[in-house]
Amino acid sequence: MRWIWIDRFEQFEPGRRAVAVKNVSLAEEHLHDHYEAYPVMPASLMIEGMAQTAGILVGQARGFKEKVLLAKIARAEFSELVLPGDQIAYEAVIESISPEAASTRGIVRRNGKEIGQVDLMFSHADQNRSGVKFPQENFVFTGQFERLIAPFLEGGHA
Amino acid sequence: MPISESQAFEKVKETLVEALGVDDEEVTPQATLTGDLGAESIDFLDIVFRLEKAFNIKIPRGELFPDNILNNPEFVQNGKLTPTGLAQLKQRMPHADLSQFEQNPDVNKMAELFKVQTIVNYVVGKCN
Repeated sequence: MRWIWIDRFEQFEPGRRAVAVKNVSLAEEHLHDHYEAYPVMPASLMIEGMAQTAGILVGQARGFKEKVLLAKIARAEFSELVLPGDQIAYEAVIESISPEAASTRGIVRRNGKEIGQVDLMFSHADQNRSGVKFPQENFVFTGQFERLIAPFLEGGHA
Repeated sequence: MPISESQAFEKVKETLVEALGVDDEEVTPQATLTGDLGAESIDFLDIVFRLEKAFNIKIPRGELFPDNILNNPEFVQNGKLTPTGLAQLKQRMPHADLSQFEQNPDVNKMAELFKVQTIVNYVVGKCN
């Protein structure tokens, strides 16, 4: 099972902004229980979709040197339910970025209409304050994620 | 850009309300960040980012919230700061009030040094 909550990047401006879309399908397993009688896309997975969109944006901005981990959900508000058949668009914008961390703000759209705001903070694991050491290999950015943005980058990493 | 202490306090208060999700009234000058306002380590980073934006200043890592003091054996022994450690802390935190802490430099009490007023002193120093 792949833990990937975005299908495709529609826009990718390195170091600045990105938009990724996710199609919600009745065939997705998590909808079978959420809820059996009335399937809706869980808000937690929409936050994860935004986190993946923003996390890749942040990671690519620093050449995927660090492991970018979601550290804080500063804001997550949704005004509508998202249902099977909908297309979700996650627009993430980098607000600030430093060697240790990054913050992003984002808009969630359902079939083109704005229905949510998700603002996040990421920690760059190897540069963390507590001095905790992480394994050498970058377990966050696997080839899967890089393939998603390859079409937007000229000859590899910017 | 010059700023008065009360202007700085108002902006710092706004920043902390946004970063920590606390009420306006909870942010008093002597309120401690971790004790009274419930800040955690990731919040410190968020606070630094927002202060940089709000005051249009650059805050180098470790300048507002010094790191690398607690994990240095020269500075900490038996759960207390050594005289060298205290001297290092004084040097790195001119914006903090160390008078009470000095009398019993218990490592567990270090978090109490980070008060709202500490931040206000820091930004006033940076802006003026």
